[in-house]
Amino acid sequence: MIKVKNLHKGFGGVEILKGISTTFEPGKTNLIIGQSGSGKTVFLKSLIGLHTPEKGVIEFDGNVNIEMSIEQQRQLRQEIGMVFQGSALFDSQTVEENVMFPLKMFTKQSDKEMLERANFVLKRVDLVGSNKKFVTELSGGMQKRVAIARAIVMKPKYLFCDEPNSGLDPQTAIIIDNLIKEITEEFKITTVINTHDMNSVMEIGEKIIFLKDGKKAWEGSNKEIFKTDNEAVVNFVYSSNLFKKVREAYLNEKK
Amino acid sequence: MNYFEHIGKYFMMLKQVFTKPQRGRVFREALSRETEELGIKSLGIVIFISFFIGGVIALQTALNLNNPLIPKSLIGFAAKRSIILEFAPTFCSIILAGKVGSYITSSIGTMRVTEQIDALEVMGINSLNYLVLPKIIATVFFYPFLITLGMILGIFGGWVAGNLSGLFTGTDYIEGLQADFDPFLIKYSIIKTLIFAFIIATVPSYHGYYVKGGSLEVGKASTQSVVWTIVLIVIANYFLTQMLLT
Repeated sequence: MIKVKNLHKGFGGVEILKGISTTFEPGKTNLIIGQSGSGKTVFLKSLIGLHTPEKGVIEFDGNVNIEMSIEQQRQLRQEIGMVFQGSALFDSQTVEENVMFPLKMFTKQSDKEMLERANFVLKRVDLVGSNKKFVTELSGGMQKRVAIARAIVMKPKYLFCDEPNSGLDPQTAIIIDNLIKEITEEFKITTVINTHDMNSVMEIGEKIIFLKDGKKAWEGSNKEIFKTDNEAVVNFVYSSNLFKKVREAYLNEKK
Repeated sequence: MNYFEHIGKYFMMLKQVFTKPQRGRVFREALSRETEELGIKSLGIVIFISFFIGGVIALQTALNLNNPLIPKSLIGFAAKRSIILEFAPTFCSIILAGKVGSYITSSIGTMRVTEQIDALEVMGINSLNYLVLPKIIATVFFYPFLITLGMILGIFGGWVAGNLSGLFTGTDYIEGLQADFDPFLIKYSIIKTLIFAFIIATVPSYHGYYVKGGSLEVGKASTQSVVWTIVLIVIANYFLTQMLLT
């Protein structure tokens, strides 16, 4: 479980995050949504330690980030898996080398053991037979799968995904969403996803946090988001005619 | 950001670079990869340039020493001194700054803008140590061999140029090479090479690691890094010459 208390972060005197507090539960897909510039990426990067918050506390299963020694922070980072927006795969390496990289760095497993683990996670993300391909030879969807495989190869307790669907066609986006949800439930991972994709919100948003101007403006599940009368959320989520009609249909059905 | 801030940030970077590698096996793999990329793949250009520059130095010296009172062996002597003292270590390092420097900046810079460095950091890896230390070790250990090869080929190029042009004989040239030979000159040249190798590995790494933006900025950073590497080599050359030879 990740608990965030009163998180503040700014750059060059401009405050981006203005006191965000929330909780992310294990085994659930937690989504962060909001307009561009609302602070989603800064929030996510603060959670994974790429930005140092100016104020506030992040607790990873009781371990407070600001009280951790460098060794504890390093240990924590080995428990974090991250899927970057652009996949951030090492393009000079093959699929197999990418997935085995964290194992090589942090475990004392033999080559055979590492390969077995890599093959297991590659099979889990449905990417068998691509071991020797360079990542630049793969499609966007396949690269995302490799990124997910690399993120879970160390059996992380926490999985963070920054817009995992960006640049993917709707069908592949749903496949990636479902894959993340399945992995989250299967391995009881605390998953936090930063997304713009409203399909993801409807499909896998077990907990959704809506950010507006660096503040948490709303919190709830994908079922609650249909019923909310929060104007900012409604304007953002139901900005397209299609989603407006979906919402109307849902509400009519409930009546 | 002013120059002092850059210098401070550069030394802060070095502090993080010089830590114990997290995994010896991964470090050795990276070292062998960098030795190939930065060293072995530079052999061709160093061989080519050294041979022809050596030839040009010998020809220019011969053409400018047309007084019958000056012995022809002076051509070999002057060529040897010029090649060992300056042309091999400094000229080759400047060429390597262009070739290797732009490669280092663009490869690290691309990793930065495509979030590959962020991925390393999230995994808990000291990215500066992982990316830069193997480059420093590879250049500092390999470039003395490269420059020594450059010296040998430069001197050989002078001998070939003399034989082909007929401006001086091979015997005169070799006599000049053997005259007043001071082994310290080789040591001086190697010391310079070690310093230049360090500059070639670290300055472009700094420019690549801290690049912000996209591919255009990576291109600009590559150009800047080559310029600054050459400027620093030239400045270091001046001070090293003054310290070691005067």
